[in-house]
Amino acid sequence: METLSHLGHGFSVAFSPMNLLWCLVGTTLGTAIGVLPGLGPALTIALLLPITYQVAPEASFILFAGIYYGAMYGGSTTSILLNTPGESATIVTALEGNRMARSGRGGAALATSAIGSFVAGTIGTLGVAFLAPVVVKFALAFGPAEYFSLMVLAFITVSAVLGSSSVRGLTSLFIGFVIGMIGVDLQTGQPRFTFGMNDLLDGVDVIIAAVGLFAVGETLYMASRRYAGKDEIVPLKGSLYMTAAEWRRSWKPWLRGAFIGFPIGAMPAGGAEIPTFLSYAIEKKLSKHKREFGTVGAIEGVAGPEAANNASAAGVLVPMLTLGLPTSATAAIMLSAFQSYGINPGPLLLTTQADLVWGLIASLFIANVILVILNLPLIGLWVRLLKIPAPQLYAGILVFATVGTYGISQSPIDLVILYLLGAAGFLMRRFDFPTAPVIIGMILGPLAETQFRRAMTISNGDWSVFYTHKLSLVLLILAFIGLAGPHIWAFIEHRRRRGPEHVPGDA
Amino acid sequence: MLNRRRFLMSTAAAGAAGFVATHLTPAFAQDAPQIQIFVPAAPGGGWDQTGRTIDQVLRSEKLISGSQITNVGGAGGTVGLPQFISQWKGKGNSLMVAGMVMVGAIIANKSANNLSEVTPIARLTGEFEALVVPADSPFKTAGDFVAALKADPTKVPVAGGSAGGSDHILFGLIAKTVGVPATNLSYVPFAGGGEALSALLGNQVAAGISGFGEFSEQIKAGALRLLAISADKRQDGIDAPTMKEAGIDVELFNWRGVFAPPGVSDADKAAMVTMIETMAKSDAWATECKNRNWTPILLTGDDYAKFLADDTARITAILKDLGLA
Repeated sequence: METLSHLGHGFSVAFSPMNLLWCLVGTTLGTAIGVLPGLGPALTIALLLPITYQVAPEASFILFAGIYYGAMYGGSTTSILLNTPGESATIVTALEGNRMARSGRGGAALATSAIGSFVAGTIGTLGVAFLAPVVVKFALAFGPAEYFSLMVLAFITVSAVLGSSSVRGLTSLFIGFVIGMIGVDLQTGQPRFTFGMNDLLDGVDVIIAAVGLFAVGETLYMASRRYAGKDEIVPLKGSLYMTAAEWRRSWKPWLRGAFIGFPIGAMPAGGAEIPTFLSYAIEKKLSKHKREFGTVGAIEGVAGPEAANNASAAGVLVPMLTLGLPTSATAAIMLSAFQSYGINPGPLLLTTQADLVWGLIASLFIANVILVILNLPLIGLWVRLLKIPAPQLYAGILVFATVGTYGISQSPIDLVILYLLGAAGFLMRRFDFPTAPVIIGMILGPLAETQFRRAMTISNGDWSVFYTHKLSLVLLILAFIGLAGPHIWAFIEHRRRRGPEHVPGDA
Repeated sequence: MLNRRRFLMSTAAAGAAGFVATHLTPAFAQDAPQIQIFVPAAPGGGWDQTGRTIDQVLRSEKLISGSQITNVGGAGGTVGLPQFISQWKGKGNSLMVAGMVMVGAIIANKSANNLSEVTPIARLTGEFEALVVPADSPFKTAGDFVAALKADPTKVPVAGGSAGGSDHILFGLIAKTVGVPATNLSYVPFAGGGEALSALLGNQVAAGISGFGEFSEQIKAGALRLLAISADKRQDGIDAPTMKEAGIDVELFNWRGVFAPPGVSDADKAAMVTMIETMAKSDAWATECKNRNWTPILLTGDDYAKFLADDTARITAILKDLGLA
C-alpha cells in the first residue's frame, strides 16, 4: 500500500500543467520519430540531452519517457502500412500487419496495435510500479547459460515464419547469420567479414536490413509485377476500426504478449525483439485461423507482438529504476541524463529521488493514455495512404526508406547496403524464399553466439552449465516441446485413430 | 529560460534526421570565434558527452559564440578518424574528441590511420577504473584476487567492457605485473556497463573491471565490494586503496582529450590550446567534471603529444600479449 501512496504522489507531480505539456510533446515527438525508420528513441533523446541544462529533472524525464513510449507506438504504423519497420521491435508486426493492410484491413491492424500497445503498456507500467523488486531478482538470475537457452527457445519461432519449404526458410536463416556476423567480434575485438572496410566494422544495422529486404525488395517486386497487370492492394474493406470478431481475436494475444514482453524486457540482455518473435510463434500456434497467417494477414500476429514490444519497453525501466542498470541504448542515454543533473542512478535511486521516479512512473500511465487518444483518430488519416495509386505509393516508400536509412548514420555506405539488400529481397521474393528468417537470424544469431561463448568462458569450457542451471534446463525443455511437441502429438493422434489398420500387429 | 537556438537546434535535429544540426548556421555572430566539434561516436556516449560539455562550457564562459557538433560514429572512432584527417585538414577552428579507447581500437582494428596524424591539443579528463567483486565474494582484498588469479587464472572469470577496450587492457596489465600469462585470462566482455553489472550482481562472474562511475552506486549500496582503483592516488570519499598500494604496480586512466586536424597553423594551434586551457580551469568545467565523475587531468600541447606516444606504446604491448594486436 506504500506503493499506492507513492504513486499518488507521483501523479501529483506528473499532473502539473507544465509536466503534462512535456508529456504531450514527448509522446507526439516519439510517435513521429517512431514512424521514421532509422531515427529511434535513443538517438532522439541523445540529441535532446542538452535540454537537461535548461529544465527541471522531472520535466526532462517525463519528456524522454514520452518519446520512448511514443516511438513504440509509431514504429508499428509504417510496419503495417508500408512494410517499412521504424524500429527493430516492430519488424514482426510487418509480417502480418502489412498483409492485413493489403487485404483491406489496415485500419483494424493499426487499431489492434494501438489498443494492444495501450493494454500492454499499462500492464507493463503496473508491473514497474508494483513488481519491480521481484522481477529484477528473477532477471538477475539470468546468466549467459540461461540467455543461450532462451535464444534456443526463440529459434523455434523461426519455424513459424519458414513458409512452405523448410529448406528455403533455413537457407534464409543462415543468410541472416552471416549478415549478423559482419563487424567487430565483441568477444575478441577482431573484425569479421568486413573485407577491410571501416564502415562495416560496426556491422549491418538490423533496421537497414529489414527496410531493405521488406520495403525495397517488396517495392521492386511489385514494380516488376505491374507489367503483368496485377495490383494487389485493397484500399479498405469493412469497418475502419475493429469488428466484434476482431476484438474477440485480439484480447488474448494482447494479454499473452504483455506477459511475455514484460519479464523479458526486464532482463538485462532480453531486449524488445525476442518477446515479439516468441509472441508471434505462440499466436500462430494457438490461432484458430492459421490459414490467414502469411496470406491475408492474421490479426493475432499483430496484436500479440505489438503488446509484447510495449510491455518490454516498460520492462526495460525495471532494472534502470531499481538498480540503475541501463539495459538498452535508450535506457543508457536516459541514465546519462540523470548524470547531467548530478544524480547517480543506482540501487538507492528509489529512496533518494522518490519524487522523480514516481513522477516518471505516473507520467508513463499518462503517456499511455495520451498515446492511445493520439493514435486512434490518426488511423483514419493513415489508412488513406493506401488510397495513393500504387506507383506513387511505392515511389514514396523508396524515398522514405532512403531518407530514413541515411538518417541512421549519415553514411552513404548504408544506402549501398540498403539497395543491395533490396535487390536480394527482390530475388528472394521472386524465387519464393521467405525474408523474415533473415532478420531473425541477424538478431538471434549474434546474440546466441555471444551468450554461448560467454557461458563457455565462465564455465571454462564445461558444457554441463546448460543443463545443470535449472532455469536453463527448463528453457531447453520448453524449446524441445515447442519444436518436437506438435510432431509427437500428431504421431500419437495418427496412431490412435488409424493405428490398427496402418500398423498391423502393433494394436 | 530555454536557450532558443539550442532548443531549435536539437528539435530540428530530432525532427529532420540528425544531419540538419550540423548544417545550421548560427543566427548571430560576436567577437568570440565559432568552432566546429567533431565527435567520432554516436550521440549519447562518453565522447559525445565530452564534446557537448566542452561546447556548453565554452559558450557559458563566452570563449566562443557558437559551435557545430558533427557525429560520425562507429568502431571505437576508427570510422570517424579517417574523415577528420582527410576532410577537416587545415581547419584551425576545429576540434575532435577522442581518447584511450580510440588508441586501442586503432590497434585492434588494424586501422590505416592513427592519432599521430592529428594535432594534439589537450588531454582533459580521465576516469580511473575499479576492480570490484560481488558482495558475498570470498575475495576480501585485491591480494585475495591476485592470489586466486595466480593459482588458476581460468577459474577467475572477470567481466568488463568490449575486448581490447580499457577494461580489458587494465586486466591485461594487472596480470602482466603479477606474472600471470595474459593468454590464460578468462575475460568476459560485455557490450555495455549495464550488462556487465548485472553479471556481477547475479554472481555470474568472479570479479569485474570497469570505470569507477559504472560501479559507484552499487558499491555505495553494498551490492559490490571495491577492491582497488587504478588512480594515481587515494580519492576523497572512496574507501579503497589504489592498485599500487594494494601491491599491483599499475596505474590507468581511461583518458579523453581533444585534437585539431592535421595541417593547422602554429598560431591556430596555440590559440586553441589557450582557449581549452582557459575552459579547463573554469569553475563551470570543474562542476561538470564533478557531476560526471570525470577526473580533470589537464595536459596540453607537446606534453600531451609525448604522453600519447607513451600510452600508445604501452597499449600496443599489452594488446599483443592479449593476442589482439
